[in-house]
Amino acid sequence: MLEINNLHVKLEEDDKVILKGVNLTVEAGKVHAIMGPNGSGKSTLSYVLAGRDGYSVTDGSATLDGAELLEMEPEERAAAGLFLAFQYPVEIPGVGNMTFLRTAVNAQRKARGEDELSAGEFLKIVREKAKALKIDAEMMKRPVNVGFSGGEKKRNEILQMAMLEPKMCILDETDSGLDVDAMKLVADGVNALRDAGRAFLVITHYQRLLDHIRPDVVHIMADGRIVKTGGPELALEVENNGYADILAEVM
Amino acid sequence: MALAAQKSDALEARIARLDRPTAGWTAKARADALARLSSMGLPGKRDEYWRYTDPAGLNLAEAAAAALFDAQGEAPPFDGIDRLKLVFVDGVFDPAASDDPALAGVEISLLSKTGGADLHWAQGLYGTLEAAGQSPVARPFAAMNTAFATEGVMIRATGRAAKPVSLIYLHKSETSDAILHHCIKVESGAELTLLENGPAAARFSKVMEVDVADGGRFHHVRTQGRDHERRAITHIFARLGRESLFKSFTLTANGRLTRNECVIDLTGADAVAHVAGAAVGDGDFHHDDTVFVTHGAERCESRQVFKKVLKNGATGVFQGKILVRPGAQKTDGYQISQSLLLDEDSQFLAKPELEIYADDVKCSHGSTSGAIDETALFYLRSRGVPESTAKSLLVLAFLAEALAEIEDEALAEDIRSRLEGWLSRHER
Repeated sequence: MLEINNLHVKLEEDDKVILKGVNLTVEAGKVHAIMGPNGSGKSTLSYVLAGRDGYSVTDGSATLDGAELLEMEPEERAAAGLFLAFQYPVEIPGVGNMTFLRTAVNAQRKARGEDELSAGEFLKIVREKAKALKIDAEMMKRPVNVGFSGGEKKRNEILQMAMLEPKMCILDETDSGLDVDAMKLVADGVNALRDAGRAFLVITHYQRLLDHIRPDVVHIMADGRIVKTGGPELALEVENNGYADILAEVM
Repeated sequence: MALAAQKSDALEARIARLDRPTAGWTAKARADALARLSSMGLPGKRDEYWRYTDPAGLNLAEAAAAALFDAQGEAPPFDGIDRLKLVFVDGVFDPAASDDPALAGVEISLLSKTGGADLHWAQGLYGTLEAAGQSPVARPFAAMNTAFATEGVMIRATGRAAKPVSLIYLHKSETSDAILHHCIKVESGAELTLLENGPAAARFSKVMEVDVADGGRFHHVRTQGRDHERRAITHIFARLGRESLFKSFTLTANGRLTRNECVIDLTGADAVAHVAGAAVGDGDFHHDDTVFVTHGAERCESRQVFKKVLKNGATGVFQGKILVRPGAQKTDGYQISQSLLLDEDSQFLAKPELEIYADDVKCSHGSTSGAIDETALFYLRSRGVPESTAKSLLVLAFLAEALAEIEDEALAEDIRSRLEGWLSRHER
């Protein structure tokens, strides 16, 4: 589903090279995890895939079901089925959460040539999905992420994911800032979306999220490259011994 | 001396073509206003109050031509709102297009029709609040308006008006130069909503004097029309009695020059005055909100909320002042002026002022100028919202605080949909 080949990326502003040849293939129905020390390029990878400004791709490619992502606008990538759950969901004062969600859902449907959802249809679906994530009506009325706790923001990300039904979900440190209960709620939300046609790329520092969202494949990223790939046991190894041993072995 | 003579000549030329009735109940007010105007002269760029807005286009003896705007079948503002319509074409009342001015709880007459009649309440108002508003800052165009106004409506609300009174200004002549002067009296306990819309004329001067008696409530919502080339100078002078309420909101989209002055005098305790504006300008657009709120009694509340969205070299100006007189304790004054600059060619000039002579007051003011939040924009786009829609959402979010000043939900929705329309037409 997602194919990243020899991806090289630098920061536009100070010419600093962040990704130095990332190769990664995520198949439909699978959950891949990327772990790695701070500064290894994990978040940059997620931003570059989603189309954030400020990065320049100097080499390589990234395709989603064969379509070149890097040439698309962010909204085109979303309509093509890519979703990034942000590490720091953005607060947007003055834009209601419900308005935002409905605009997003209908914009994607329109881009895919589908009929837009009526207000009634939309409300019915959103209520059901919000309930599963313990998001109350009050939270839906408030401006996007404004005054939300850390846990509420992350649950709101998962709600967006559930409503938009993307093919390829990237979760960027979704566990950061969450207590155990909140993490469980978020993980349940993600697990409910797992199916044969959907893939996940879970970026995290810690093994603990992977206890709840069981990965099929674990990658270790360091200094802008994937340096080691293995099964779920690789995450446990990191948890027990840290990155030092693995890095010493591959570098 | 040479300068004074020049100024005097310019004023002579400016008013040479204007007609001032010397009979009827407004005659004395008009003569007094002319005397005020003569002593003030026309404003120039050297005047502190006109530092950010060049009055040249308003000083010209003849109005510069302004091309007529084709709304291309778009529904006019307030279309779906039940209201009593009074229509003016280039400043001339159009009885055929207007509703019968009969409304329970409201007396309506025309300035031109009341000529000889003795309209006691209006006689005490016409030119009175304007004259009071000339200090401490001179407002020559307001005095000129009082002296030479050709038409206007005199509205007296004695009860709760069943529906809004809607003044519709149509612009049909490319060189029209209209002067309207309205007087509004909201009696004790009465309530009135006044709507205004339209570009009015190539050059438009309007004064509205509003006297809200104890416990009276006045709501005002206006849209100033999308004509690109028109020029307008408008004044609102309001006097508020005890426990009265005054709320005014203005939407301005386009116009080569707009200066909206609002002078509010809180004279009775516990009065509330809110004045707000949303202005959106693209290209050759100069928009100036000049506001002066005087707290002269205890426990009054005032809010000034002005937001401007500017692009392609548009200019926004805000001059706002809160004056708290000695003894006006427990004053609650708030003022915010903000601009969203959609490119680097546009500019916002703000002069917020507080002058406080009482020691137990709460006054705050703020002024900011900024660009679209790129992080928020990316967040919206990453969810599949196209860039133009995302920008519109963020612009509307920026304007939300000003729009929130419109109490009536249907009116607020009407204004919001106008803004959405404007934004979709001005995406690039």
